[in-house]
This record gives sequence, C-alpha cells and structure tokens, in this order.
Amino acid sequence: MFSSDFLKTIFGRLTLESFPLHEPIIVATFAGVVLGGVALFAAITYFKLWTYLWKEWFTSVDHKKVGIMYMVLGIVMLLRGFADALMMRGQQAIAFGENQGYLNAHHYDQVFTAHGVIMIFFVAMPLITGIMNYLIPLQIGARDVAFPFLNNFSFWMTAGGAIVIMMSLFVGEFARTGWLAYPPLSGLDFSPDTGVDYYIWALQVAGVGTTLSGINLIATIVKMRAPGMTMMKMPVFCWTSLCSNILIVASFPVLTATLVLLSLDRYMGFNFFTNVNGGNPMMYINLIWIWGHPEVYILILPAFGIFSEVVSTFCGKRLFGYTSMVYATVVITILSYLVWLHHFFTMGSGASVNSFFGITTMVISIPTGAKIFNWLFTMYRGRIRFELPMMWTVAFMLTFVIGGMTGVLLAVPPADFVLHNSLFLIAHFHNVIIGGVLFGLFAGINYWWPKAFGFRLHEGWGKASFWFWVVGFWVAFTPLYVLGLMGVTRRLRHFDDPSLQIWFVIAAIGALLIFLGILCMLAQFAWSIWKREELRDVTGDPWDGRTLEWSTSSPPPHYNFAFTPITADLDTWYDMKRRGHERPVGGYRPIHMPKDTGTGVILAGLSVVFAVAMVWYMWWLAMLSLVAIIGVAIWHTFNYDRDYYIPAEEVARIEDERTRLLQNATLRNPDSPRDQDRPSFGAGPAAPAEA
Amino acid sequence: MTATTPAHQPANPASFYMIEEDHHPEGSTAFGFWMYLMSDCLIFAVLFATFGVLSTAYAAGPTPKELFDLPLVALNTAMLLFSSITYGFAMLAMEKDRIRQTQIWLAITGLFGAAFIGIELYEFSHLIHEGATPQTSAFLSAFFTLVGTHGLHVTFGLIWLVVLMVQVGKHGLIEANRRRLMCLSMFWHFLDVVWIGVFTFVYLLGVL
Repeated sequence: MFSSDFLKTIFGRLTLESFPLHEPIIVATFAGVVLGGVALFAAITYFKLWTYLWKEWFTSVDHKKVGIMYMVLGIVMLLRGFADALMMRGQQAIAFGENQGYLNAHHYDQVFTAHGVIMIFFVAMPLITGIMNYLIPLQIGARDVAFPFLNNFSFWMTAGGAIVIMMSLFVGEFARTGWLAYPPLSGLDFSPDTGVDYYIWALQVAGVGTTLSGINLIATIVKMRAPGMTMMKMPVFCWTSLCSNILIVASFPVLTATLVLLSLDRYMGFNFFTNVNGGNPMMYINLIWIWGHPEVYILILPAFGIFSEVVSTFCGKRLFGYTSMVYATVVITILSYLVWLHHFFTMGSGASVNSFFGITTMVISIPTGAKIFNWLFTMYRGRIRFELPMMWTVAFMLTFVIGGMTGVLLAVPPADFVLHNSLFLIAHFHNVIIGGVLFGLFAGINYWWPKAFGFRLHEGWGKASFWFWVVGFWVAFTPLYVLGLMGVTRRLRHFDDPSLQIWFVIAAIGALLIFLGILCMLAQFAWSIWKREELRDVTGDPWDGRTLEWSTSSPPPHYNFAFTPITADLDTWYDMKRRGHERPVGGYRPIHMPKDTGTGVILAGLSVVFAVAMVWYMWWLAMLSLVAIIGVAIWHTFNYDRDYYIPAEEVARIEDERTRLLQNATLRNPDSPRDQDRPSFGAGPAAPAEA
Repeated sequence: MTATTPAHQPANPASFYMIEEDHHPEGSTAFGFWMYLMSDCLIFAVLFATFGVLSTAYAAGPTPKELFDLPLVALNTAMLLFSSITYGFAMLAMEKDRIRQTQIWLAITGLFGAAFIGIELYEFSHLIHEGATPQTSAFLSAFFTLVGTHGLHVTFGLIWLVVLMVQVGKHGLIEANRRRLMCLSMFWHFLDVVWIGVFTFVYLLGVL
C-alpha cells in the first residue's frame, strides 16, 4: 500500500514490531494499565471533574497545589518502581541452577535499569521537590514562590519525563545499561535500540523542570523571607532545602550537558565516549558522577531538614545546635562536590588520587555525625511524643547510622576494590536512601498531611505501615550485605551456586514485607480521607508546631497569610505563641497574587512529543514540536496580564469563616484537645492565647 | 493557634504581622536570571572541560594549526564584542526612556549578532567541506559542540532580541519590558564572556 520509505519518513523507526507483544508480562501489564486508565478517565468524565482538575490543579500556579501534584506523581511512580523491585527479587530468589527464572536477560536488564532511574528521578526527586514546594513559602511567611508560572511549568516537565519513561514500557524498550547508562555500552554500537534514547530524553525533559525549580526555590528563599527572618532565623528545613537547591542548580546542568554529548554520539556519530577516533568513555563516568554524587545529597539534605523539624516539635524543644546544624549542612554541600571519584576507585587513577577521594568521602561523615548528635541531644531531656513522624525519625537514626558506617567502609579504596559493584554496595545505598530519604519523606508526609488537607492521617494504619517498612527493609537488605561480602556482584539474573539461594529468598520475603508497608500506607491515606471528619483539625496547629506554616489554617488559604508575619526569633510561631499572639480578625487588605495559566501544561506536552519523536527518529515531528515549543514560549511572553488582587472582602470572608470555626472548636471543647493530652513543654506555656 | 476570644482586644497585632502594608518582595527576576546564567555557565564548563580532555585526540585527523583561520576568527570576535557595546548603548537609551533610540541600538546589536552567526556558519561549512567533520575525531567533536553550543545560544539571543523589539514597539518601555531588556542584556554579555574563553582556549591555544 505505502512504500516502506514513506512509512519510514512518517514513523521513523517505529514499526508494529516495536510493540512488545511477545512478552506476556508486558502485555498483561499493558492490559491492566489500559483498563485502569480507561476506568479513571471514565470516572473523571462521569463525575465531570475535567474542568475542575484543569482549572484548580493542572493550570494552578499555587505552590501548595503544585507541591501536592509532585507528591501524587512521586507516589504513583513509587508503585511502578517498586513493581520492578519485586520482579527482581522474585527472579533472583528462584533463578538457581537449572531454573532460569521467569525473566529473560533482555527483560531483566531493562527492569533493573528502570527501577534505578524511576526511583531516583521520578520518585525521590518529585517527593522531595513536592515537599519543598509546599513548605518553603509557608515556612518563610511568603505567599507563593518567586516565579509561580515557572513552578507549574517545572512540575509538568517532571511529569512529562515520567510519561516518556512509562511509554518505554509499552512502545519499544527501555535501556539495558544500568541506571547511569555508562558508555560504551550505552553507545550506538552496543545499544542500537530505543532504550537509551528513552533514557536520555526522559531525563532531559525532567531535568529542565528540576533545574528551573531549583532556581525558583533558591530565589524564593533568598528574596522572599518574611520581615525579620534573617538567614540564621530560618527554619532548618529551609536551610537544608536551600543547600539542596543550590546543589540542583550546580549539578543538573552537568547531567544535561553530559547527556547531550551522549546523544550527539548516538544521533550524529560524534566521538566523545566511543572506543574509536579518540573518544574517552571514562570521561562520561567522571562527568555523570560529578552530577551523581551531589544528587544523593540533593535527596538527603531536605530529609535531614524534615527530621530536624520533627525532632524539635515532638520533643517540645528548640533544636539542639541550630547553628552547627546549618554549618554542617553547608559543609556537606561543599564536600559533596569533592567525592565523585569514590564511585570508581577501580578506574585506576592511582593511589594518590584514590586516597584524596577516599579521605574527602570519610570527612563527610563528620558533619553528618554532628547532625545525628544534634538530634539526639534535642531528644535528650525532651518530653518525646512518639507520634508517627517521630517514630520514622527514630527508625531513620538507627537505620541511617548503619548505612553511613558501611559507606565509610566503602570509602576505603582497598576495601572498595573488593566490594565494588557488589551487592554490599547495593545494600549500602538502599540503606541510606530508604533509611534516610524515604523515611524522611514518610515522616514529612505524616507530619504535614494535616496542614495540607486539614485532617490527620490515621495512626493505626500508619503504625502498621511503619513496622512493615522498617522490618521489611532490614529483612530485604541484610542478606544483600552478607552476599556482597561473599562476593556476589550486582545486576545478576541467574546464579549457579545453590548455597546462595536462601539469602535471596530471605531478601524476597523482605521485599514482600515492604510491599505490605506500601499497601498499609495507601490504606492509611484512603482510610483517613474516608474518615476525615473524625480526624479533622480546625486549629491549624495539631502538633503544637514551632514554625510559621502552623500559624495559618489547615489547609492554608490560597494566599497563605492574610497578614505577613514578622519574625523575631528562631521558631517564629512558637515565639509568637509564647509572647501571647492573637490572630487579627479585621482590617484585611487586597492581596496581590499571580494568575493561573495553562502554558506550562502545553509546553511540557509539546516537550513530550518532541522527546518521543526524537526517540523514534520521526524528524519531521521533532522539528514541528520544537518550533511549536518556541512559538508557544514566545506567545506566552506577549501576555502581560499575569497578576490580580484578591479583594479585601474575599479575604475577610475566608478569614471570618476561620474565626468562626476556631470559636466553635473552643466552645465545643473549652480545653482544646491538644493541651489536654499534650501539655506544652519548654520555656513557658505554649498558648497563652488560651485565656 | 488555639483560640481567639472576640471580647479580648488584640494586644498589638503590629508586633506579629505587617498590618499596614502588604509585603511586596520585588526584584527576584534579576537574581533568578543570574542563577540561570550560572547554571548555563556550568554547561559551558562541562563543554570546556571535555574540550580540554579531548583537545589533542586528533585520531590521525587534522589539527587546529591546519584548520583554524585566525584572522577570520578575529573578525568574528570583533562582531560579537561590538554587539555587546551596542547593546550597552541600547540600555543607556532605555535609561533615558528613548524608545526609538533603544530599538535602533537593538537592531544594530542584532545585525552584529547575525554577522557573527553568519561568519561562524561559513567557518563550519568550510571545515566540513575540507573533511574536518565532527565525526572525524574526538577533538573535532568537542570543537564543534563547544563552539556550536555558543552559536546556538547567540541564535536564541537573536530570536529573543527580535521579540523584545516588537514588545517594546507595542508597549513601550514599561517596567516589564525594562526587566526583560535587562535579562537579555545579562544573557548577551554572558555569551560575550564565554566567547572570550572560546577564542582564547580553543582558537589561540590551538594555533599558537
């Protein structure tokens, strides 16, 4: 019918064979996703929610809504990434001797690559960015971020990257290279398929979003703090976020440039990382880790901030050693740039270079250790309330310290020559990323959920999730430490030595326990939403908080604060309560706010089209979408009408409603429940406004 | 926050809140754009470092001494440096609120920029014609990528410049347009600085 040249011009290298119909697992997954997708689509249409979603969420430049969308994206992608984890654990538990397991090598290699890429870029990053987005303006007493449109655009670029990576599951294939796509394996000679291209373009699209969001949040923290909030009166979470965002701006461009070079090799036959014509593959490995090592601190620093806020609140004390905490964070930020080579001591840089990077790596444990002691001393003689956020924090301290110690072991170059690329390494970084970043995020989610939605999370489901996660983590990863010490390397799909099997079976059981933990967490969300009236908090300050986000209502109004708060001391809200703060109930003024816009969605959508066109060599479509992206961006700049005023009457209406709710709460329960079961400790009564 | 008793007059809300005027932080744009420039600078840093590592990886292909035509590059450098000066004149005109003069200087800047791109394209086509393609050696890959990325930036700067000329024509030198002209100004001078690095490390060090 059509000549093959014609089809090739239109569809590039996309053919019917590109759809993996021969893989039953993928076909079944695809069927499930399609059914689920159709059901979701139908439900949204049936309940006529499209306009609501578009107007209230997708096009919203409100940092709180953008933050929540980031969290939803992260949790959805967690399910995908964890499905990959379960598949790997299942394969390794059975693939011994005669048994080849259920995944062929081609598929298994894609699974472990996708697991790593998704968990870092599309789970940890969106969750961290989401929490930062939600909290930073609230904690510094601002009404939005510095560049609200850019914020919406950044989110959609991250989501666009996630869409590209999800497409690779059903159309074509994903990279089989491991999560950092080292050349020459990721070069065109050894990976001629679409896999590495999906990898490149998913990360490039998402990377734009991450970099811009980093710039945005730095500008927000530096420029938009409430009056009186000097840098050293800023909540610790804002400090760690600031450092994390500085790392983002200072490292993601390196990733972008490195991936551009890899694409030039793959698309145009350049010779950056090839084995021929003077190319140098080790340069890629250096460059990617110059991004990659700061990346792990980008993830962990905000988590450290969350723990600091939680410890201080739930021990009813000012954080021990605030100043040292800030300095430790800054030192970690700087040191994170001086350690990248420890990821490849075996490259053969020589004893001196390896010693330098080994020592800098070990030095990082000093500021990190200082932080641990600060949290411990905050707890010391505090009246600790073991609510869920605090439980996650304690679990973090116990887990992370062990992960940190195995990290110091790996930092010793001679030891690393033995442990390099082994399951010991896998156990180590899961120990710090799960035990540090994820536990921190879970603490944060439990801590700030009432702020975001106006009701608490159910405690029973939360505790079940907690125990399954923590126990599951240790059951899943202790065997990997053991196996790694015995010399088992990573990314293996089949084993010959039957004596190893028992360890993999135990690890698989651990993964199942974690699975139960995830299910309990989803049940916790669902149950809490279902029973939200019972869990309702009208005070806006359910934990007796210390920072400014707790001074406004839950959920906060669109404009965050009717009046901009003035900071006099660290832990501003605690200080305000102590000094007999009373909420102003009149004299509202119009509030200046940014307008919502759909440009972010459109630009990100076009970027996805561009990425997919590039993956499949559909050059006409790539050109077209690129021109469209530039066109839409220019068109957007012709819109000068970007802000509006919320009228004073509207502010008054919202604030009066809150006044009424607060009065009702006091009438119904004169001794507010918080002060009944949780007396306030520290210097003076927490809420003299009670009188 | 537990309770607000209406019978109780607020003690002194002014010590807790900005009551009188709404807090209006301005001026994040210059700071944010500066940060963007620094992130862009890092992209160039990676390209420079890559060029540094690969600058002698000729793979039996041509060397800089055989390829580069310094007088041509000097002419090209002059074009870009002049365009920076004329952009400065445009900003001075903007300060004096002279719309017409601003646009004329912007147009002259654009012409210099276009001349720079034209000469660069001529140089590239000449090299490729001689067989010095980016596929030939790692050195040439790094050369074309570094110089080409800079050229691409200048091209985007030109598009931006034209858009701003239109917008200034449409709305005059309003606050938003002044801010945009200032951002483009930073971008334009930044590219100049990067070019000085390119000229020195790629061309001069390659030939001398």
